[in-house]
Formats: sequence, structure tokens, C-alpha cells
Amino acid sequence: MSTISLHDTHNHDSHDDHGHHKETFITKYIFSQDHKMIAKQFLITGITMAVIAMGLSILFRIQLAWPDKSFPLLETFLGKWAAGGRIQPDFYLALVTIHGTIMVFFVLTAGLSGTFSNLLIPLQLGARDMASPFLNMLSYWFFFSACVIMMASFFIQTGPASAGWTIYPPLSALPTAIKGSGLGMTLWLTSMVLFVASSLMGGINYVSTVLNLRTKGMDLWKMPLTIWAFFLTAILGILSFPVLVAGVVLLVFDRSFGTSFYLSDIVIGTQVLPNEGGSPILWQHLFWFLGHPEVYIVIMPALGISSEVISVNSRKPIFGYHAMIYSLIGITILSFIVWGHHMFVTGMNPLLGGVFMITTLIIAVPSAVKTFNYLATLWRGNIKFTPAMLFAIGLVSFFISGGLTGIFLGNAALDINLHDTYFVVAHFHLVMGSAAIFGMLAGVYHWYPKMFGRMMNPKLGYLHFWLTFISAYLVFFPLHFLGLDGVPRRYYAFTEFEFMQKWLTVNVFVTWAAIMGALAQVAFLFNFFYSIFKGKKAPQNPWEANTLEWTTPVEHLHGNWPGEIPTVYRWPYDYSKPGAEEDFIPQTIPFSQTMSSNMPHDFEGNAESERIQRDWEEKHTIATAIEPKIE
Amino acid sequence: MSLRKFISNKKIAALAVVVTVFANASAFAQEAAAGAAAATAEKPVDMAPVYKSTAFYVLAFLTLCLFIAIVGKALKVYELTREAQDKPNGINWNSINGVLFAIFLVVGLYGVYWEYTVHGSMILPEAASEHGKKIDSMFNITLIITTIVFIATHIALFAFAYLYRNTGKRKAYYYPHNNLLEQIWTFVPALVLTVLVLMGFLTWRSIFYKIEDPSNKPLSVEITSSQFAFAIRYPGADGVVGIKNYKLIDGNNPLGVDLKDKNALDDQVADELVIPINKPVRMILTSKDVLHSFYMPHFRVQLNTVPGMTSFFEFTPTISTADMKVKTNDPKFDYLILCAKICGAGHYNMQRKVRVVSQEEYNAWIKEQGTYVTDDLRKQFNLPLAAPVPAAATADSTATTNQIASK
Repeated sequence: MSTISLHDTHNHDSHDDHGHHKETFITKYIFSQDHKMIAKQFLITGITMAVIAMGLSILFRIQLAWPDKSFPLLETFLGKWAAGGRIQPDFYLALVTIHGTIMVFFVLTAGLSGTFSNLLIPLQLGARDMASPFLNMLSYWFFFSACVIMMASFFIQTGPASAGWTIYPPLSALPTAIKGSGLGMTLWLTSMVLFVASSLMGGINYVSTVLNLRTKGMDLWKMPLTIWAFFLTAILGILSFPVLVAGVVLLVFDRSFGTSFYLSDIVIGTQVLPNEGGSPILWQHLFWFLGHPEVYIVIMPALGISSEVISVNSRKPIFGYHAMIYSLIGITILSFIVWGHHMFVTGMNPLLGGVFMITTLIIAVPSAVKTFNYLATLWRGNIKFTPAMLFAIGLVSFFISGGLTGIFLGNAALDINLHDTYFVVAHFHLVMGSAAIFGMLAGVYHWYPKMFGRMMNPKLGYLHFWLTFISAYLVFFPLHFLGLDGVPRRYYAFTEFEFMQKWLTVNVFVTWAAIMGALAQVAFLFNFFYSIFKGKKAPQNPWEANTLEWTTPVEHLHGNWPGEIPTVYRWPYDYSKPGAEEDFIPQTIPFSQTMSSNMPHDFEGNAESERIQRDWEEKHTIATAIEPKIE
Repeated sequence: MSLRKFISNKKIAALAVVVTVFANASAFAQEAAAGAAAATAEKPVDMAPVYKSTAFYVLAFLTLCLFIAIVGKALKVYELTREAQDKPNGINWNSINGVLFAIFLVVGLYGVYWEYTVHGSMILPEAASEHGKKIDSMFNITLIITTIVFIATHIALFAFAYLYRNTGKRKAYYYPHNNLLEQIWTFVPALVLTVLVLMGFLTWRSIFYKIEDPSNKPLSVEITSSQFAFAIRYPGADGVVGIKNYKLIDGNNPLGVDLKDKNALDDQVADELVIPINKPVRMILTSKDVLHSFYMPHFRVQLNTVPGMTSFFEFTPTISTADMKVKTNDPKFDYLILCAKICGAGHYNMQRKVRVVSQEEYNAWIKEQGTYVTDDLRKQFNLPLAAPVPAAATADSTATTNQIASK
């Protein structure tokens, strides 16, 4: 902590005159306040955590596939948690818990929003940096500490938290009920408080930057959809994450100070606990009040990224720009009133079940609009399959597949039999896991040249995409059917139930598919790290995109633009505009330079501009009549 | 030529190094394992084959990587040669990816068909309860609608990817919006979802808001879940399960039943859930320690059991176990109670058998079941050591009220 405050006094007065102060290794790479460096820090930490979480998932997939087989090597690495070469039930639950926590919070929240909000908000809006670079730096270091504390729980006697990533009390409150609820859960809660602090600092920064630091001409309706998505995501986070902290603090009180917010009428063995009057359902309300917006916090940036990537690589404007924004706003608002669909069968008043079912199925409408708009954007495009574009298309596919199963689960009556089964696992791994990861990878491939000034190898990118895309479907599609057969999730082994035996071969298949998917990531990791140092030098605008970030020099400099910040004249999606010379017109080109391609709606009812355009067109009618039409 | 040279020089050398390293490592590991085995007899696991097979898989993966690297290099050389000879675009990756999407579409559609038919036939049999039938028909309607949307959108997605791949000959069609289209695909999904919501809402209400039929009163059965078992308590002749209080739980009184409540005196316990067919059953769900979920997939019944709170689920079984054995063509078939909410290390093995039988069989079976009250308990509550349970265990609880002791 002292280093950070020390650093503050050193650097405090110099970050306005950008680029002139001397940077040491520490200020440049460690306690950096430059949003581009912080974005890279978030990304690399996120990737590291993703690799760890993926490793954990392979461990428990091995257990599910071969529950009776011994793997002595596991004991070599995991010791008593894999005594006899078999993962122990306690540790299995720890694995699924930490896998979920890392993926949802550290990878898809911090790794995704943290990376791309930090990188793109200033660059695409024309700002020199975030509104508060110091807060931004703190945001990263809180996140980093949260990661370290979470990982530390693997090195303690009682093991990591193991009550599921939703840590429902009383299981998460009573070390006597499960070992992981001892010190491991304390570390989980500490880590989560730090994480929420990080996420709030980030969110406040994103919102204030978007609202205050847009360059001249960049009104809200000229912002790229990425920025809209990050902006609304940040608002969601600011409004919902504090509720999680409130819940977590109450849980800490219950665990450590003898209160009874969530506990009542509990007997462990024959030991009667003194807690009275609390309700475990209260935790679920508090948790899911964050938890449901959280899944949109995860998916919205991915949708924003894919909107941008799909538009750029289809060489077409995104279809229904306004509808895309309104559906994002709709999702943002609705996401606050759907949390109860996680609780249909918790014993919550059935009246509420009916209400939450209605709100939940309404939220499918804006999601459907977004999907159809993506399809319409691809229609009659001129699609360039960069790796980013492949991943964006993959995202749309997963978003459809996983979104449709949401219609089953959002229906309270159907949820009775599907709740907490593998159907749920399959659903959210497609719609939130795979789709969001693909959005993140699309973003990495697309903005890698901006981040590192070098290009990634596209061929490895193709290999990475196809292997990952195929294996994700091979893993998650069959799991739906386990759920439809009534196999509950978080089961350590399928050996104890006669009717589950038939799924053992499916489990083996799924595990092999998962291993294939995991190995495919080697192609990405190699490509990513190799290209940082040895990749081809990136041109300034490799994808011929319109947005502002591609007007900055390839070599990073503090303050982003060497001279004046460019002014914005048009929306970011003028691709393949009829009459234009090239198939893209950057936002910085004024309409006066593109008289041949201007359209009536470009002027938003400005009479003077329309008159000028009319005059110009009258003068040029003869010329255009002679020239052959370009279509 | 240069490619060949490159491979023969560096890659082969690298491969040789890798092979030697692993051969040595596994040989070393063998020795180490042998040494360890000799030194400590308590470690019976012979690690040598483990290391060997690990080395094998690692080596196989590295070889695969090497292969990919070679292919990559070859492609690069090919492209560079084309470039050097001023021939345009060596490999058109846009076409390749476009075609791959088309192939993925076809293979994927077949895969979906295969999944629906093969894995789809392995799922739960038809619902064995009245409300379950409604759930199943809702499920089928939803499945049909979503499958149509799923197939249609995926055909559009991958077909567009294939058809509109960059060929260098076309310009994309500038088409920023179309209000009519957008309205259509806002309102059509909204309409479909409204229908689904209404159906779901009515089904949901019909499940949880039961109007009691006085001529067919439900049988109340109480479930107490704990780590990692379900305890089953029948109400006895009076049809009412007695009050319990968690503070009374001890070795003699595992459920904490309060024997001051006379309704509790004739309560019975069983180690399986036996219920008569076509008669409503009202499950009274409680938990002793952490959250569990009372899940009976065949009856489409699930509700969490929550410490400190009692919840209820009423359903009517419609297919007897014997009939279901025939229907599923599985003589070993049994209805089950599972726990569906993570509850600790034994979560994966928390089960009870359920039998649906005829009313007569049920009447005979319930007579056999012992009462909850034991002599020790009677002593504890200062009750007279009444000898056998009153013969009232004719136990057709239909006749009696189902009012359960509400808190």
C-alpha cells in the first residue's frame, strides 16, 4: 500500500502534461496510470486466471469421466486432495466453486470489462486518458490482490471455498458442514470484497469518462456500440455490486461474529446451533440481485465488441444502430428485475415466481432483437474472416443456442424439473461462458495491434477458433440431455445412481472434447505471447475501421494523440457507403469531404447543411449521370 | 528446398533433443520410482508407467504442435513464393473459412439431429404425475418453437457467412436500418414469448395454488433433509404430522419431534417413500442443517428444503412403479428422490427410493411401519410407556383431515 501512495506523490502533478515525465520501469509497467498499460495488465492477469480456471475444469472433468480410475500423477501434484490418485469429493466441490468464481468474476468481468473498457473508452471517445488515472491504477491492483488471495486458498490446510460459486449459506457459513467453509471461505469473501472495490473504481471511472471526456463532436449517438456496451455495463456494475458487498458483509458477520442474518434452526449432527430468526433465502435475494445483472455485465461488453467487429469485417454498417442501443438499455433496466428466476424453487412465495417469470421472458425480446440485427448486418456483407470476425460469429451462434435454452429455464413451471441440473450448466456455459469468452477473444484479436503494435498470426487464429468452437459445442450440447434426464449438477460422481450409468460414456466423450478445447488454447497463448515480441509490425489501421482508436500512432504515447485530439463528424459505421471512394469513412472525415456519398439522414435535419448538399448535388448531377454507377 | 533444409536442420534437431530429454526423464523417473519403492514399502504405486504414459502424451502433443508448425511454415513459404513471383493471393482464407462455416452448418445440423434422436431418447420417461403432464406438454411446445428458431437462425448465420464471404469482387450493401423489419422482429418474439409466459404462468399457478378437493384429501408426508439423507415421516392415523422443534433434536429424537403435541404420537417413519397412486400427496419439506433440494425428476417435483422454513409441494402420482417398469422396459426401474442443491461432500449420493403402489398395497405397507416414538423418547417426555401403537394404524388417512400443524 505504501508504494502506491508514495507513487501518488511522485507522479501526481505531472500526468497532465502528457508524455514529458520520465518513466521508470515501475511507473511504466507496474504502477502505471496509463489506461493502455492498465488494459494490458487486466488482460494478461485475466488470461492467466482463465488458464488456471480452465485447468481446474479439466481436473474435475477427469473425475467425472473416470470416477473409478486412479491417476497417481494427480496425487503427485495435489497431495491429499487427490489421495490414491482420485480427486476427493471435498476437493471436487472446491474445484467447481473456484472454477466458477474465477471465470465469472476474474475472467469475464475484470478480464473483459477491465481490458476493453480501459483500452477503448479513451481511445474510441478521443480522450487523453481515463477521468481518474490514479483510481484506474488502484482498480487494477485491487483486482490483482483479489486474484492472489483467491489463489492463496489453494495453499491452506482446509482447502478453498467449496460451497459453489453462489456460496449459499448455511453451507458457506458453517465450517462444520464442509471443510471449505473454514479459512477458504474467509479468503473467498475477502477476495470478493477487494474485487468489488476494484470493479466499482473501474466502473465509476468508465462512466465519468464516457460522460465527460468525449472529444468534440462525439455526442452520445455517435459513440461506437462498444462504448455504449461498456458504459451501460459500468452502470450495471455500480448499481449491483454494492449489494453483493452488503450480502458478503452480513455473511462475514454470521460466520465470525455470531449474528443470524442467514442462519436459523440449524442442527449439525446433534449439535444445535444458537442462531435464530435468519433466512438463507435472504442471501439468495442479495446475491442474485447482483448475480443476475452480473451475467449481463459479462455478456454486454462481449456483445458490444462483436457489434464493432462484425460491422468492420462485414464492411457494412451495423444494422439498426439505434435498436442495438435501445436493446442494450432495455437489457440493463430489465436485468434488475429478473433475479428471482434463479429462485423459483427455493421456497420463495410462488406469487413472486410468476412475476419473475414474466420479467424474465420479456428480457428475451431485446436479446432477440440484437441477434436478428447481427444476422441482418451479415446479410449482403463483404465478409472478411479475420480471426476476430470468426470469434464474433461464434459468439452469435453461442448466444442463440444458449439464449434459447434460457426460455426453458425462465419459465417457472419448466424450471421445476430443470433447476440445478446439467441443463442449467449447459445453458449458461453457452450463453454466458462461451459467448462471452468468444467476445473477449474477438476483442483480443481485433485490438491486439492497438495494444501491442504488432499483428497476431491469423492462421493460428483460425486454428484456434475452429478447434475451440467445435469443442465448445461438443462439450456443452450433450450436457443438455443429462439435465433433461434429471441429473443434478455438482455431483462428484455418477456412480451411485443406476440411471446415471448410461451417461458415463457421454462424460468420457465430453471430457475428451474439453481436453481438446483446452489444448487448442495453446495455439492462442503461443500466438499471443510470441506476437508481443516477434509479431509482424502493425500498420496504423489494419482492419480499415472507422473508429478513433485507429487514428492514434502505432507506438503508444501517454496522451494517445501527438497533437490535437481529432474532432468527430459522423457515426462510426459508414462502411461501403454508396458514392464513397473507399469502403470506409473514418469518423474524423467531415461531410464536406464526402459530398458524393452523403445521405439526407446524415444531417439530422440541419437545414443549412441540407441546402449545401442540395446545391452540390445539383452541380454534380451531370457528372454522376455520365459516370457509371458503382454498386 | 529451403523448407526442407529448415526442417532437416532445426526441427529435426529439436525433435531429437525433445525425444532424448523425455527418454532420459522417464528413465530417471523409473529409477527414482524404483528407488522409492525399495526404500518405502508403504508407497505401493509404481509411478514408472505413469511417468511413461505422461511422457508419451506430452510427446504426442509436442509432435502435433511440431506438425502444425511445419504446416504453418510450409504455408508461409508457399505464400511468400507466390508473392515473390507476383502471383496474387496464394490462399484465399476468406473462402476457406466461408466454406468451413458451410460445412459446419451441414455437419452441425446432422449433429443436432443425432443428439435429439440418440441422447434425446435417453432422457426421463413421461411424467408420472398430473401436473407433470402439463409441464411436459409445455416443454414440448417450447422445444418445438426454440428448435425452429435455433435451426432457422443458424442456417441464416452460417449461410450468410458462406454466401457473403469476401471475394474481392463485390461491395457490401449499405443497409443501416429498416424500421419495419426491426418492428417485426421485436413484436413477433414478444408475441411468442407472451404466449409462453401466459401458459407458463397458468401452469405455475395450477401447480402451487391447489384447490382442495374435500373428497380426495391429500396424504401429508414430511421430509427432513440433512447431510446426506432424507428422513421420511408419515402422519399416522390422524393424518397430521406432529410439530417439531429443532431444539429438541438429540440422539433419541433425530427429527426434534415435540411429543407434547398429541398429533406426533402416532407418526410413523419409513426408509422409503411409498405413496398410493392417483391420490394427492402433500410433501412437507424441511431441512435440519443446510439447504438441500427435494428433487423427484420423474414426477417433475422439485423444491428446496430450507432450515428454518417449511415449504410444501403437492402432486398426484399417476403411474405406479410396476407400470413404469413396463413402460421404460427396465425391470430395475425405481422412482427416486435426489438432492439437487449442493450440500457438502456427500451431495452426489443423497437418495431415497420412491414406490408408487395401489391404495391396497399402501394400506398394507403402512401398517408395517414403526412409529417414531420410542420408549426412550416417552421417558424423555414423561409420557406413559404405552405398549403397542393403537390399532388405528389402519391408516387410511384419507378419512382424516390433512391440516398440518402450521407454524
